Amino acid sequence: MAYEISLLTSMAISVLFALSLNLITGLCGQISLGHAAFLGIGAYTSAMLCKAGLPFFATLPAAMLTAGLVGAVVGLASLRVRADFLAITTMGVVFLFVGIVRQQDWLGGELGISDIPPSGLDKPGFMMLAIVLAAATAGLSVYLKKSWMGRVFNGIAEDEDTMRVLGIDVPRYKLAAFAIGTALAGLAGALYGQHFKYIGPDSFGFIESISVLSMVVFGGIGSIPGVIFGAAVLSALPAWFQFVGDYKLLMYGGLLFLMMRFSPEGMAGIVRRLFRARRPHETRKPDTASAPRTKGIHP
Amino acid sequence: MLVVELIARGLVQGSIYALIALGLTLVYGLLRILHVAHAALFTLGAYIGVLVTNATGSLPLGFAAAMVAAGLTGVAMYRLCYAPMLRQPPFVALIASIGLYIAFEELFRIVFGASGLSYQAPPLQEQVSVFGVLHFSEAELLVMAGTVAIIGVLGYLQNRTRIGVACQATVTDPQMAQSFGIKLNTVRDLNFFIGSALAAFAGVWVALLNNLVEPTMGSVPSYKGLAIIVLGGMGSVRGTLMASLVLGIIEAFGTIYLSQFLDRNAIAFAFLILVLMLRPQGLFARR
Repeated sequence: MAYEISLLTSMAISVLFALSLNLITGLCGQISLGHAAFLGIGAYTSAMLCKAGLPFFATLPAAMLTAGLVGAVVGLASLRVRADFLAITTMGVVFLFVGIVRQQDWLGGELGISDIPPSGLDKPGFMMLAIVLAAATAGLSVYLKKSWMGRVFNGIAEDEDTMRVLGIDVPRYKLAAFAIGTALAGLAGALYGQHFKYIGPDSFGFIESISVLSMVVFGGIGSIPGVIFGAAVLSALPAWFQFVGDYKLLMYGGLLFLMMRFSPEGMAGIVRRLFRARRPHETRKPDTASAPRTKGIHP
Repeated sequence: MLVVELIARGLVQGSIYALIALGLTLVYGLLRILHVAHAALFTLGAYIGVLVTNATGSLPLGFAAAMVAAGLTGVAMYRLCYAPMLRQPPFVALIASIGLYIAFEELFRIVFGASGLSYQAPPLQEQVSVFGVLHFSEAELLVMAGTVAIIGVLGYLQNRTRIGVACQATVTDPQMAQSFGIKLNTVRDLNFFIGSALAAFAGVWVALLNNLVEPTMGSVPSYKGLAIIVLGGMGSVRGTLMASLVLGIIEAFGTIYLSQFLDRNAIAFAFLILVLMLRPQGLFARR
């Protein structure tokens, strides 16, 4: 039972983390290859404050605040560069984060931080906390997607220049997407540190950023049920199948490639197509999501 | 004297970066795809180079085998992976490419083992002194000479031959080029072949310099290669060359003077972010 509780907790944390990336990359269309840096910022903030004697719950808002602030700064980059350039800049951010943390003795350096003080909750309690927070994030995502802000996000993802022409303050919404998404990643980070009781620079590197991106892509970029499904399945698979554990990265890599090659809209896209195929009489709406996008290549 | 020494080391490293980044630039210029999996060909080339050299005892044969194998794999990547994705939004090919790279890296680990391979009798390791003060191994001198020669040949091919002009025309306007009878797929195949062969060339050199080939040897060059083509202004061969050398030198100085704040990779990316924020079109791009 203890094993299932631990697995469910890490699944809930993955779902929360993946949903936070989905806010930025899925809803607002700003690709980020450095999202693990914010998981790391949240985890380090929470762990350091816990060690300084603060109760775990008091460190959650602090972790969200630091991650969100740094996220807003990184979001400034998205005002300057787009698409491919933004992908590489955010990739730079995660290398920078790991590089800086590794050289800081007060953050534990290469060795990381171990013996993080307990939260005061027992294991099932902590699992419930993680699940409740993940569900709340899912609720927030659905709410945001339906709100005015979510519609603007969608517009920016589809065609930024048109939104500008319509008089939308695009930079403000982009920064908002980054700030909210990274703050939630910081929250996931605080839970991550508390769950594993150990954090180190290598837990938040590029590979981790790619893993979370593969969860979002596997589920379906922008689709909230898809992302929840993708994160839950991909984080649980290695534990369920021992043979996958060894080939975990091969599976991630292959899955990313095959998904992009055959269904860029992920599982959500597959489900949608199946659903549509069964009701042929339904009038087909033009598929805007898969139409070739010509904008947003150049900075 | 330390300054000269550091610049020289930086130039050696920069030459390696240039060889890797040239292939990336060719691909980006042609297809606007960030070809992360390029570094898998770099690793593949290094493995084949070491295996063939150890089996036959001939380094030139190792180079030839590595370049041909990587070149063909590169063409296969284009045909099977990128060609069907050209009509999708740009992030699709980028994510697919990252996936491909991770899968390749794991395949190398599974097939060749995690601990890596090395040359039985590493060639070209003799120390040569230049001007009496700088000491290089023969391999280091040859990699610099090789880079200069290759870039010279590429420049000649691109500007003075029919096929080179066809490549340039395809970059500028694929549809127009096609209507003038240029076969788009041939040009793209050729570009992938040359770029991938260059990556393999760099891979064999790196294997020589470190006398070690390991599955993860491509990861740092792969991400740094992307940083370099961004700095060079995306798709510009001259800019890429300059950016590679500049980055090599900056890293050489950075590891001495900044190492208590940042590690080697972080220096490269800090420089990249700084440049992008000040000059989003890249360091050497013409507007």
